[in-house]
Amino acid sequence: MSIIASRIHHDEGISDTNLRKIREDFPILSRKVHGQPLVYLDNAATAQKPQVVIDAIKQHYASNNANIHRGVHLLSQSATEAYEASRRTVQRFLHAADPSEIVFVRGATEAINLVAQSYGRKHIGAGDEIILSEMEHHSNIVPWQMLCEEKGARLRIAPINDDGELILDQFEKLLNSRTKFVSMIHVSNALGTVNPIGKLVEMAHGWNVPILVDGSQAVVHGKVDVRALDCDFYVFSGHKLYGPTGIGVLYGKHELLDAMPPYQGGGDMIRSVTFAKTTYNDLPYKFEAGTPHVAGAVGLGSAIDYVNAIGLEEIAAHEDELLFYGTEALQSVPGLRLIGTAKEKASVLSFVMEGIHPHDIGTILDRQGIAIRTGHHCTQPLMQRLGIPATARASLAVYNTRAEIDALVTGIYKVKEVFD
Amino acid sequence: MSDMMSDLGDLYQEVILEHSKHPRNFRVMEAANRKAEGYNPLCGDHYTVFVEVDDDTICDISFQGSGCAISKASASIMSQALKSKTTEQAGDLFNKFHGVVTGRDKNNVDGLGKLAAFAGVAEFPARVKCATLAWHTLQAALREKQMASTE
Ligand SMILES: Cc1ncc(COP(=O)(O)O)c(C=O)c1O
Repeated sequence: MSIIASRIHHDEGISDTNLRKIREDFPILSRKVHGQPLVYLDNAATAQKPQVVIDAIKQHYASNNANIHRGVHLLSQSATEAYEASRRTVQRFLHAADPSEIVFVRGATEAINLVAQSYGRKHIGAGDEIILSEMEHHSNIVPWQMLCEEKGARLRIAPINDDGELILDQFEKLLNSRTKFVSMIHVSNALGTVNPIGKLVEMAHGWNVPILVDGSQAVVHGKVDVRALDCDFYVFSGHKLYGPTGIGVLYGKHELLDAMPPYQGGGDMIRSVTFAKTTYNDLPYKFEAGTPHVAGAVGLGSAIDYVNAIGLEEIAAHEDELLFYGTEALQSVPGLRLIGTAKEKASVLSFVMEGIHPHDIGTILDRQGIAIRTGHHCTQPLMQRLGIPATARASLAVYNTRAEIDALVTGIYKVKEVFD
Repeated sequence: MSDMMSDLGDLYQEVILEHSKHPRNFRVMEAANRKAEGYNPLCGDHYTVFVEVDDDTICDISFQGSGCAISKASASIMSQALKSKTTEQAGDLFNKFHGVVTGRDKNNVDGLGKLAAFAGVAEFPARVKCATLAWHTLQAALREKQMASTE
């Protein structure tokens, strides 16, 4: 991610030769869609998987599969080791202080629900306030709404401006002695806006309020350092990071996680069980009830290794360059309006076209092999704020090329042709 | 032109584009004695269908709302097709229309009139819900249910 106005890192990005190699790492990119080469621009929904990730999962089931933390036999031990090695990979990836601060979950959605149900139900009560922003994904709205309904607490919503940027002083004004929690998106999936998390954390901590950061779209587009950000919780899904579906991460500061009650009960999360009383396991196992998605964790670890091998800075530079190129290209199309024009922005090109509904744009592009997302992007309150029912969204990943942006623009002219 | 463009041409027929740009009976009806809201949560299409029914006959029908070209044209052409039909005839027509747009009974377009223009939808499974939203909403209105949904 970067500041749009001061971008252009041509020399830091990815060379054409390397880009070709990277594309070869992703088997799906060579398939055709409706007889056309696939142009996959729906990466904010989910990213494609490199062969190494597919192989790591296959390898796990083919030669390393056993239940973890439960056996003296060799396979159980090596599966446990692989699972825990992935946890350490995630810890280093987020620069967390300790592997015990990394909880494996199903995805960002489950991570947020975990915090709302465990931390939230313990610490948030009647009359308390939780601050979110207008650009949150439904997964960072509904769990808090459910908590508010149960506890009689209420949501306060930090507004955005017409460029899709959070209005910082309005956010600051919402903080008060009733504020008990802040939960905020790092990079907007619908607009690409990069929020100034460091500043938000500082403001929240000024009121002793903990903050959760939804990093689902952020970890893919730049280096995230949870200790530098000083956020209390950080969540993301593996599948947007070139990893498998069904695995995600909750990072939490040790002292917070330690004081939280378990989220689900079951095996692995206990130390001892009698019918009279159960004592819970240490972190992070206290929050990992039942057999986890071991192959998923292994696949996520290998996805992070893959991303690190290319370099997060290189990936960010490449995507910024494409974003700049795409922004200019789309702005030149008559009747097209970009939605989300924040100064700090990453990898998302959301747009609407005069007189043409996004759904029709999506269908016509699809027939040309171009996959984009159309709709409300699980951000209905944001769409209401912007006064539009939906947008068409192209979102970028490491393997996208300028030629694909060109194909998108050509495709958009075909859309206009159909409708003229 | 390639198959791709001819498929698209089948979907976005002239009459569909024309109705989507200039929808007929696109108004709130004060005299309506039935009405329902239809919503497609997947894409945000949202319509209200108004009907004035007298003795099982649809005397007047109109709609309001927003959505894609397919859903809007479908609502518009439906409203023209159903004026002064009985509710039973409307049900039969929907059955037939449904068979055509889902591809279940693709070639059975006799008697569909302008609605036959939606036959191309069968090649676009993701768009069937767009073509049928207004119809589901009408059914809900006739049954006097408050909210129709394609989900
Ligand atoms: C910003 C953001 N938060 C949360 C989520 C939810 O992620 P998941 O569905 O993988 O739990 C998404 C994915 O759509 C997202 O883009």
